[in-house]
Amino acid sequence: MMPKSPRIWQLAERRYRLLGSKCVLCGKTSVGPRSICPACGSDKVETVQLPSTGTIYSYTVVHSLPAEKNGYGPYIMAIVALEDGTKLTAEIVDCDPEDVKIGMPVELAFRLIGQESEHGIIYYGYKFRPIIPRT
Amino acid sequence: MTVFGDKKTVIVGYGSYIPRYRIKIESIAHAWGESLDTLRGLRVQEISVKGPDEDQVTIAVEAARNALRRAPEVSPKDIGAIYSGSESKPYAVKPTSTIVAAAIGASMSVRLADYEFACKGGTEAIISCISQARSGMIKYGLAIAADCSQSLPGDVLEYTASAGGSAFVIGHDSGDPIAYFEGQYSVGTDTPDFWRRDLIKYPRHGGRFTGEPAYFRHVIAAATGLMKELDMKPEDFDYIVPHQPNGSFPIEVAKRLGFSESKVLPGLLSPIVGNFYSGSSPTGLCKVLDQAKPGQRILLVSFGSGAGSDAFSIVVAEGIERKRGLAPKVEDYINRKKYVDYSLYAKFWGKIAR
Repeated sequence: MMPKSPRIWQLAERRYRLLGSKCVLCGKTSVGPRSICPACGSDKVETVQLPSTGTIYSYTVVHSLPAEKNGYGPYIMAIVALEDGTKLTAEIVDCDPEDVKIGMPVELAFRLIGQESEHGIIYYGYKFRPIIPRT
Repeated sequence: MTVFGDKKTVIVGYGSYIPRYRIKIESIAHAWGESLDTLRGLRVQEISVKGPDEDQVTIAVEAARNALRRAPEVSPKDIGAIYSGSESKPYAVKPTSTIVAAAIGASMSVRLADYEFACKGGTEAIISCISQARSGMIKYGLAIAADCSQSLPGDVLEYTASAGGSAFVIGHDSGDPIAYFEGQYSVGTDTPDFWRRDLIKYPRHGGRFTGEPAYFRHVIAAATGLMKELDMKPEDFDYIVPHQPNGSFPIEVAKRLGFSESKVLPGLLSPIVGNFYSGSSPTGLCKVLDQAKPGQRILLVSFGSGAGSDAFSIVVAEGIERKRGLAPKVEDYINRKKYVDYSLYAKFWGKIAR
């Protein structure tokens, strides 16, 4: 099997740093660098750093585990509304399914997403976790 | 070995990260039928456990981001070198520092490398950043000390080997200093106390041999060597942060060096989170920085099996008061915890797999 190096390399920056796009004309922000605004179709779109905090807009608890979870679950998938209103889908980590709530404040976490195989490339990227309480 | 003679080589940002999961040593002892009486000498109650989607890279990135939060005056584009010290890199060939660089948004004009010297790869990363900042080769360097410490199932190392780490933004005559380096002294010998052969998953060690001829000999030599160079005594230091392979060695080595227990306890993490290998003494340093006052002096002494020690004299600067609250403290991570049993611990670490 061909390694996925080119695709992983292409996605790394947006996955590592949560980069997004902002339309210069209509102001709509969305996840990942884009060349066309999904809202108004303008090609005047710039790459921006998306906020690292937000709240859980909606969620589901996944009990049917994909192979890469290696038997660890159930796990939480959520739509996170970032501080600037941008919504994205992400896994919620460091939180038990019975504790997740709509409206819960969350922050960016850097985590393993998967790997090709024991011999292959490891993928990293963003997930979200409950905000760590500070003293 | 090196007395800097000025206050210009500085830490401008520091940050740590500890995973959420913990296992009590009773759970490990139960799994292997060990008596807790035989483990009391370790003085360890519980250890951190990496999550199922965490590794040395994710810990390094989280710590690096916290260090940069405490260095708001530093753009990631101004970082000229990123060095990561570890003995648990997920890739044998591909530096962790390359992934950290991308994750923090560093420039392509950056010097990247990983260091390995058992539990002192992190302090080697700090020394490289110090020397390159002092020489003017870089404006700022990012030194990372992090590990997901490996341990053979059933071995005594399981009661201490844990996961966590720290990072430091280091500069020279720049930024808003949190602390400055006064001097540095290193020792090294050929001492086979602990090792991991190529392509082998878990380290092996010489049992009690890891104590006197390894840990104590090197930590004491580096600490006394540095104090002699600086013409200082234990009374001149407010804190000592030695490497923490368990809960008893740091207290014992501090005592032998002439430090009271009250000077080692503020930076002692191993009884409640275990041994982060490369991240051990650097995270102890962060815990001290979380509470120290400007003007206080810290003696940091790492130990890496094989064996060697790096000692540093560090004086806390005014910037600590302005920057301490910009990122989670070590204590915040210590307080955030969820216990797992041995079966989940083993699964998270990949000691068992479907």
